[in-house]
Amino acid sequence: MLSIRHRISVRCFFVRGKIVYGEGDVFMPSTENSRALIELKHITKTYPGERGPFSPLRDVNAQVIKKRLVVLMGPSGTGKSTLFRLLNRLEDPDEGVISYRGKPLKEWDPVRLRREVHYVYQSPILFLPTVEENLAYPLYLQDKELERPEMIRLLQRVGLSRSYLHRFVDDLSGGEKQRVHLARSFSLRPEILLLDEPTASLDEESTERIEKEVRDFCDRGGTVVWISHLRKQAERIADERWYLENGKLTREEKGE
Amino acid sequence: MTNFATIATVGFVFIAMGISLWQKLNLEKDLLVATVRAAIQLTLVGYLLQFIFDADRWLYILLMITVSVLVASRNSASRGKGIPWIYLRVFVTIATVAGFTLTMMVTMNMIDPDPQTLIPISGMVVGNGMVVSSLLLNRMKEYAESMREEILVALSLGANRSQASRRMTTQAIKAGMIPMIDSTKTVGLVQLPGMMTGLIIAGTPPVEAVRYQLLIMFSFISSSALISILLGFLVYPTLFNKDHQFLGWGKRS
Repeated sequence: MLSIRHRISVRCFFVRGKIVYGEGDVFMPSTENSRALIELKHITKTYPGERGPFSPLRDVNAQVIKKRLVVLMGPSGTGKSTLFRLLNRLEDPDEGVISYRGKPLKEWDPVRLRREVHYVYQSPILFLPTVEENLAYPLYLQDKELERPEMIRLLQRVGLSRSYLHRFVDDLSGGEKQRVHLARSFSLRPEILLLDEPTASLDEESTERIEKEVRDFCDRGGTVVWISHLRKQAERIADERWYLENGKLTREEKGE
Repeated sequence: MTNFATIATVGFVFIAMGISLWQKLNLEKDLLVATVRAAIQLTLVGYLLQFIFDADRWLYILLMITVSVLVASRNSASRGKGIPWIYLRVFVTIATVAGFTLTMMVTMNMIDPDPQTLIPISGMVVGNGMVVSSLLLNRMKEYAESMREEILVALSLGANRSQASRRMTTQAIKAGMIPMIDSTKTVGLVQLPGMMTGLIIAGTPPVEAVRYQLLIMFSFISSSALISILLGFLVYPTLFNKDHQFLGWGKRS
């Protein structure tokens, strides 16, 4: 019998724990809570709008458990990317607290935090001329150098050959840019990857490759939150699924 | 130039107004206002300069230069609406660079430290500084919007605010400098510069006039670069907060 220690208010479903909760008070098993890398408590984010304030996130509560792959779903414009910006501390919530490793994000050095809890944008923005320079950029920011063999390994992880190193990014296709974009993020060796539709412009084969690579990342101890619009993809890769709509987050685990 | 000739020059404005009426350009009112304002402003400045030249006192020279920097800063700062303390930032930039440039010119005996030389040259340096500042602020505002996503991606890759905004700042600085560099490249081929033309009309030998013009142009290039860099680095931190979050142009956290 699981000891019930934590009480948060979110509409939430558990299957592995044989507990299914509806909207309202929810109990989190202590064993899961202790493994939470990220915890969101009563998160609300509001933006001004032409027709008055708009809140993509309203009293959101959730936990990201280490080594899990969470797929975040929901209609367009419902706050999925907003949630990523909050987790990456590009913005702060208006209410509530987000913690990483038990410490509120505001107590972390934001630059270091963004390297550990790393947000991979949906649009592949490669702002330096060659693939090599773009791959080297994250470590260059830390006055470090990325060795050539490591660059080649990064490219291979996303299914690109070493010949891409000297290619100009302007000559790459959308899918190739997306993969270089992801390889650049791997160079940071983050703890948590926040992936915003990383396979949106990829063909089936490349999608499969990226899914496998991200799965391996989790198996090696990494944690992933992945935004996807594809239910089949979510069923294929997710350990748990989050669904965001009308500012509310619901959660369901694999197998439900 | 006789008084009659001075008045007769207004005839050119009447020609322009006539064309405007004929072509229904609706520029007559603006032309009239501009003509009257220019005549009044320049006449007053003429008498003021005469007074300062006659008095030959450093205090008046400094006052004149300070007023020109204040007016230039105010004009340029209007391009940076939304940026906190923008008037002060532009004033500090133009005053520092103009002060440095004039001090160098005087201490290296490039120009005579008399009001007849210092006031016109400082006016040109400050006026150029105003144009460069306005261009830089325009560009930074534009890039803060168009390069927003790039800045956010750089931040998410672990860049601090200085690293994340480097490309935006350098591109704005370059864009602010390009008109100056281009006009320097074609000087003498497309048109003779105003100062050189004035000196030649006043009877100065052309080679002497060229020497003065080169002095001015070279000082313009260096002061433009200094102003762009200094102002760029005074403005970019206002686009972020202390947590290296990008706020955008004129937004406060």
